[in-house]
Amino acid sequence: MVMTKKDSIRLQAKVIEALPNAMFRVELENGHKVLAHVSGKMRMNFIRILPGDLVTVEMSPYDLNRGRIVLRH
Amino acid sequence: MHRAGAVVADVLSKLQTIAAPGVTTADLDEEAMRMTLAAGAEALFKGVRSPQAKIPFPGVVCASVNEQVVHGVPSREAVLRAGDILSIDFGVRLDGYCGDAAVTIPIGEISAERRRLMEVTREVLDIAIARMKPGARWSQIAGVMQRHAESAGFSVVRDFVGHGIGTKMHEDPKVPNFVSDELLAEDIVLTEGMILAVEPMINAGTGGVRTLANGWTVVTRDGKSSAHFEHTIAVVRGGNEVLTRS
Repeated sequence: MVMTKKDSIRLQAKVIEALPNAMFRVELENGHKVLAHVSGKMRMNFIRILPGDLVTVEMSPYDLNRGRIVLRH
Repeated sequence: MHRAGAVVADVLSKLQTIAAPGVTTADLDEEAMRMTLAAGAEALFKGVRSPQAKIPFPGVVCASVNEQVVHGVPSREAVLRAGDILSIDFGVRLDGYCGDAAVTIPIGEISAERRRLMEVTREVLDIAIARMKPGARWSQIAGVMQRHAESAGFSVVRDFVGHGIGTKMHEDPKVPNFVSDELLAEDIVLTEGMILAVEPMINAGTGGVRTLANGWTVVTRDGKSSAHFEHTIAVVRGGNEVLTRS
């Protein structure tokens, strides 16, 4: 069974809960709920993320429970 | 690894005898499951998760027909017809070790173009088998594989790659069937004891692919045919050993 070449996969998600330490629980379009932190670049530019926001999450195929928020829409 | 490979080889050769016009890919899946259980092995693909897919992979085999490249989901609706080409990909774990292989087979009489695609894809895998030995650089082997496919007028799928295999199905390194800057920067030098699942996917038209809404089935962008062959290959002193050949 082949593997995807790309190390990370970008997916659309909706923020459902803000957690301590700049972590968020987000829900992917396929219904999976994953824990996501905010990318350093977004923190540097003080982009606030609130529950209900639509975001792009980058995920590694190796750990499907965690992701990284790279974009707020 | 030998025993896991032997089970995979057995199941794939049995499925090839069953696949015929009128048979569904679900029938093949059931037979694979029955043989896996009889061998005391564990089916590797069932339950594999993907971030893009709502559901874990539901099948024991991946059955990919014609323009489907890989990860075709076995289904009662997928009835094989004469003229189709079918890629069957299958893997097991036995006594803690994995084996993984794939073949593309013709269903009834197929077009000359599809036959040539299948032959070239098999030759691309044979190129790897002929050249894998300790000290060899993967970029060199992948270069010959890629040139062989492209000189026949076909394209290599770039979005998916082969992989190391051992106690888990997917282990490092990633094993591409083409040369990229990434590979040249971080080449794989084959060493004794390394076991790789080498699996060229060759498309008749463009190498571009997309994933269907089920999150699994990968099809060619232009709808033209695709073929896929795979073996689990161990690098041993002086050469290699194909573990999934019957």
